[in-house]
Amino acid sequence: MADLALRRTARMRPTGLAASVVLHLVVILGAIAMFFPFLWTIVTSLTPGAGLTLTPALIPSDPSLEAYWRLFAERPFGRIILNSLGLAVATTLAQLFTSATAAYAFSRLPFRGRGVVFAVYLATMMIPLQVLIVPLFVELKALGLVNTYLGALLPTLASAFGIFLLRQAVHQVPRELDEAATLDGAGHFRIFWQIILPNIRPALATLTVFAFMGSWNSFLWPLVILRAPELQTLPVALAGLQGQYTTQWDIVMAGSVVSVLPMLALYVFAQKYVIQGVANSGIK
Amino acid sequence: MTATLLPAEARAPEPPRASAGRRPGRRRVRYALTVLAFMLPSAIPLTAFVLVPMVSAAWVSLQEWNLLAPPTFVGFDNYAKLLNDPNTGAIFLHTLTYIVGYLPLVYIGGLALALALNTRLRGRSVLRGIYFLPVITSWIVVALVWRWLLNPSTGVVNTVLGWFGVAGPGWWTDPAWAMPSIIIASAWKDLGFVMVILLAGLQSIDPELLDAARVDGAGWWRRLFSVVLPLLSPSTFFVIVISLINGFQVFDQVYAMTGGGPGGATQVVVQQIYDLTFRYGAAGEASALSWLLFAVVLAVTVVQIVGQKRWVTYG
Repeated sequence: MADLALRRTARMRPTGLAASVVLHLVVILGAIAMFFPFLWTIVTSLTPGAGLTLTPALIPSDPSLEAYWRLFAERPFGRIILNSLGLAVATTLAQLFTSATAAYAFSRLPFRGRGVVFAVYLATMMIPLQVLIVPLFVELKALGLVNTYLGALLPTLASAFGIFLLRQAVHQVPRELDEAATLDGAGHFRIFWQIILPNIRPALATLTVFAFMGSWNSFLWPLVILRAPELQTLPVALAGLQGQYTTQWDIVMAGSVVSVLPMLALYVFAQKYVIQGVANSGIK
Repeated sequence: MTATLLPAEARAPEPPRASAGRRPGRRRVRYALTVLAFMLPSAIPLTAFVLVPMVSAAWVSLQEWNLLAPPTFVGFDNYAKLLNDPNTGAIFLHTLTYIVGYLPLVYIGGLALALALNTRLRGRSVLRGIYFLPVITSWIVVALVWRWLLNPSTGVVNTVLGWFGVAGPGWWTDPAWAMPSIIIASAWKDLGFVMVILLAGLQSIDPELLDAARVDGAGWWRRLFSVVLPLLSPSTFFVIVISLINGFQVFDQVYAMTGGGPGGATQVVVQQIYDLTFRYGAAGEASALSWLLFAVVLAVTVVQIVGQKRWVTYG
């Protein structure tokens, strides 16, 4: 998948046929173990009344989509999915914009104190969101943004991880390209738009996956800032589906399946870029 | 960390100073405006929503405040209270237990996977995808699924153990087994991420070095320990730094799997911050605990950066 270019890569090849067979066996058994919980999730979501009494059979005797229907009929699940989707798309677009512009400045626009600014940016990556949760909540409350989409969105507009990832990519774009464009009379904005962005597509794709994933799966901040039920996001709503004693597992699992699908689609679409993006980012 | 994770920073390009001659004026202003145009989109949100809250957390930590009534200044009382409370030691211990159980599991598992999937294996692209699947799944979903798999009476794991005549433990309902349950689910989820980082590292190792070692008669294990692991040390370093930062911040899976229970057996630091703020209305104490956590994370990260010189080799 990500054998970079045509370069031969170092492999720790097992020697002998027996070793090779064992290797295949272990890796495939491992993959089954990894996939099993997902399979189980799907099966359970198709088994009405699952988990109330017994462990459901691996092949449901009476498969039905009832749980999916009830998920949307009895709860504002359509609205909840739209909440999550809207926030994830907005976050992703915002992070692509803020990361790409910052990455360009950090790579191509020298200014006094740039190294310090970059260090501070990176340090923000090391501050756990949880440490900020109280003051952030207070700040947004003062701005009157509790229970608003804008309040949920604002703290996710820029990400040090994204800036770091894209800066490494911009660094790798040959400067000759900029110089040629400069000779043709292009300014920084045109170089950024016409030279840099097209050349860092793998990194942009990687950031798209990570930014969307971060927003789609984020839990603590939406839990805190979006208190109204109709504003809930998927992970928060899923956590709420789970009652202390009366969990309806078929519905919970149907919700889980629904929440994984968009992420899975995005990953399959961008898969080949992800390992490549990580490999090129210099964090190896 | 900045210096080592970013070897590129050292060789920042030389400025094409617009003001080489004594014609500062408009070109210089224009350049400054260009820099601002590129920097402000990220600088504004990072300042407003990371740096400002960071500083105000320090101020809140000196107050007694339930988020509703006006705060009262109490000096360092919140810190004193935390440091004298035996519960504080317990929640840090729980967090450490999590890290100690989780890190070896996820690193060794991820390394084995990366090595296996870096060979000429049929269908490895699909396999990599499957191993990456838990990474893209929400923590809440993973926690729900595992809570259910590990259900003591009806869960799949105990059912299967039963077939072999083993009476499975109470998992997340048993104080002794609750943390191991969380660790297993976490390792399962993050295995694919560690695998991807290490795969990327493996792919940058020069194959000539392995060939040379083979010619010299080094066996598989010898090559692993003498060639691959030393050359992989920057990736290993990255995995450990990130895992420790994330480990101290463990929250989502705890919240969804046990809520800190049973009997507080899995109460970790961030769960405590959450409970203090939103359950007990003690925002000041929560902020003090946040700063304590930040200090610990920073100290651990700095120790690693200083210590890495002993074992991390940059090719």
